[in-house]
Amino acid sequence: MDDLHQLLLGFQVALSWTNVMFMVVGVLLGIVVGVLPGLGGPNGVAILLPLTFGMDPTSAIILLSSIYWGALFGGAITSILFNIPGEAWSVATTFDGYPMAQQGRAGEALTAAFTASFIGALAGVVLITFVAPLVAKFALRFGPAEFFGVFFLTFCSFIGMGKENKAKIVASLAIGFLLAAVGLDTISGDLRLTFGVSELIKGFDFLVVVIGLFGVSEILLTIEEGLHFKGKKAAIDLKVVLRTWASLPRYWATLIRSSVVGMWMGVTPGGAIAASFMGYGLAKRFSRTPENFGRGEMEGVLAPETAAHAAGTSALLPMLALGIPGSATAAVLLGGLMIWGLQPGPLLFVEKKEFVWGLIASMYLGNVAGLLIVLATVPVFAAIMRIPFALVAPIILIVCAIGAYTVESSRFDIWLMLVFGVIGYVFKKLDYPLAPLVLALVLGDRAEDAFRQALLGSGGDLSVFFSNGLVSTLMVVGLLLLFWGPLSAGRRLVMGRITPTQSAPTSPRG
Amino acid sequence: MMADASDTAPEAGLSRRVVEILVALILMGLAAMVLWDSYERGAGWDGGPQNGFFPARVGWILLIAAVAALVSALRREDSVFVTYGQLRMVASVFLPLLLYVTGIEFLGLYVASALFMALFMIMLGDFRWWQTLLAVVAVPLIAFWVFEVQFRLSLPKGPVEAMLGY
Repeated sequence: MDDLHQLLLGFQVALSWTNVMFMVVGVLLGIVVGVLPGLGGPNGVAILLPLTFGMDPTSAIILLSSIYWGALFGGAITSILFNIPGEAWSVATTFDGYPMAQQGRAGEALTAAFTASFIGALAGVVLITFVAPLVAKFALRFGPAEFFGVFFLTFCSFIGMGKENKAKIVASLAIGFLLAAVGLDTISGDLRLTFGVSELIKGFDFLVVVIGLFGVSEILLTIEEGLHFKGKKAAIDLKVVLRTWASLPRYWATLIRSSVVGMWMGVTPGGAIAASFMGYGLAKRFSRTPENFGRGEMEGVLAPETAAHAAGTSALLPMLALGIPGSATAAVLLGGLMIWGLQPGPLLFVEKKEFVWGLIASMYLGNVAGLLIVLATVPVFAAIMRIPFALVAPIILIVCAIGAYTVESSRFDIWLMLVFGVIGYVFKKLDYPLAPLVLALVLGDRAEDAFRQALLGSGGDLSVFFSNGLVSTLMVVGLLLLFWGPLSAGRRLVMGRITPTQSAPTSPRG
Repeated sequence: MMADASDTAPEAGLSRRVVEILVALILMGLAAMVLWDSYERGAGWDGGPQNGFFPARVGWILLIAAVAALVSALRREDSVFVTYGQLRMVASVFLPLLLYVTGIEFLGLYVASALFMALFMIMLGDFRWWQTLLAVVAVPLIAFWVFEVQFRLSLPKGPVEAMLGY
C-alpha cells in the first residue's frame, strides 16, 4: 500500500521534537479556547493564524489543527461541569453530562466524553486516511466546470440541510459572496463594490470577519446572559478512568452509530452541531431505556460527543481533497493554507505529499496527545472558568484586536472587527447562521473564478455545466439537496424527539 | 401586546419583530447598492460574463432572501429581542470597546489596552486596587514581549512609545 507507506513517512515528519511540542502547545491553547467564552474554534485559529505566517507550513498546520482538537475537547468540560456549552456542538452533551455531574459522577461523565471524542475523531481520521487520497485522485480530472459543480453542491447542501430559516441561510451565503467580491477583480482587473472608499480596495479579509463575528459577538452575548457560573467540582483519578473505560464496550452500537452519523455529516457540510444532536436523538431512539435520557445516562454523553468529533474531524476531508471546507474552522484552516502558498485541492496530494501526510499523521498523534492532556488537566481548566469575567473579557478583546490588526497591519481592520462583532451579535440573536457566510467569503472568489473560467472555455454557453456525466451529476445532486424539503421534514421529526429543552440553546456558540 | 405566556413577569425590551424588519430592510438596501454598482459597470454578457455578472446575480438572490425574511418577520409572533436590562449590560461592554478602538488610533495599542483594562476592571469588576494595577501593567507588557520581541510583529504605536524611542 503506497498510502500506508506515505503515512509512515508522515509520522516521521510529525514526530520531530518541534512538531510534538507544537502539538502539545496547540492542544493546551485549544482547550483554553474551548473553555473560555468568546474564543471558539474558528476565532481561536483565526487569531493565531497571522502568528504562523513565518513558520514552516507543516509545523504551522500541526499547531493550528491541534488547537482545533483541543477546542473540541474543551467544549465538553464546561458543558458537563458548568452546564454551559463552550461550543455549539457540545450543547447536546449538557443534556446528560450536567445531570451526571450533579449526581457526583462528574469524573465519569468527563472520562466518557473525552474517550467518546477520541473514538469519534479516530473514526474521522481513519476515514481521511483511506478516502481522502481516493477523492483527490478522482478530483484530478476535474476542470473548472466540475469544480464549480462541487462548490454548487456544497452551497446547496448548506441551504437544504440547514435547520435555520431558509431565507436567512441564503441571505447569509449571499452576504459572504458579496463580501468576497469587494475589491480588485482578479480576472478583469477592475475594482468592484468599493463605492470609492480606498480602504475597501484590498477587500474584506476573512480572518478579520471571523474574529468579529465569532469573537467580539460572543463576548457581547456572554455578558448579556449575566454569567452565573455554578460549577461542579471535578477530580479525575485513574480508578474512575479505568472503571469508565471498562464499561464502554457495552455501548459499542452507540459508538459506531454516532461515528457513522458524524462522518457523514462532517463530509457533507451538515456540521458537527447537527451531528451531535442527531447522534443523541438516535441513541435515545434505539435505547432500551429512553426515559433515562436527560437524567444522567452515560450513553447520552457518549453519543453526541462521538458524533461531534467524528464530524469535526471529517470536515477536514473535503478541505484537503477538494479544497472545500466542511465547517467554519476548516474554512479558516483552508484560508491559512492559501496564505502559506499551498493551493488546497487534489493537486496538494501530488505536489506536497509530505505536507499532507504529515498533517494526517499529526491528526492521529494530536488526538492521542489531546486525550491524555485533557484527562490530566481538567481541574486546571475548570479553575479557569472561575476567573472573574471582568478580567478575562478585556484580555480576550485585546487579543481579538491584536489578531485583527496583525493580519494586514491595518488599523482600519480593527474597526471592521468591531462592526462585524455587532453584526455577529445581531445575526446570532436573529438565527442568521454564520458558518455559510464564512464559507462563502473564503470560497467566493474561487467559485466565481471556476464559474467564469468554465464559461470562457465554452464561449459563454451555460450547457457546459451539463456537458458530461460527472458535472451533470454534481449539479443535479446539488439541485436535489437544494429542495431537500420533504426529507428534511422527516429529519426534523427525529430531531424534535430529542428533548423539549432543545429549542433554547440552538443559537450557535462557536 | 407584550404579554408573554411564561409565568415570570415579562421584562420590557426591544421588539424582535422590529429588529428582524430592520435587518431585512438593511439587507435589501445592501442588495440595491450591489445591483446599482454591478449594472453600472456592466453585469451582462459580453462574449463571457462581465465582471458585474456574478455580484449582480448574488445581489438579486440577496434581495429575494431579504424580502422573504421580511415577510416571515411580519408574520411571526412578536417576542423580546433583548431586554433593556440586558441591553445595558451589553452597552457596558460595547462602549468601553468603542473607546478602546478609538484610543488605538490616537494612543497606540499598548496605552489604549492599559486604559481599557483599567476601565473594564473598575467598571464591571470588584477588584482590589493592586490587582487592577497589576493587570493594567502586565497585559501590555506581555503583549509587547510576545508580539514585538518574540514574533517581531509591529503593533500600532502612539506618542508614548515614540517618547520611549520605538
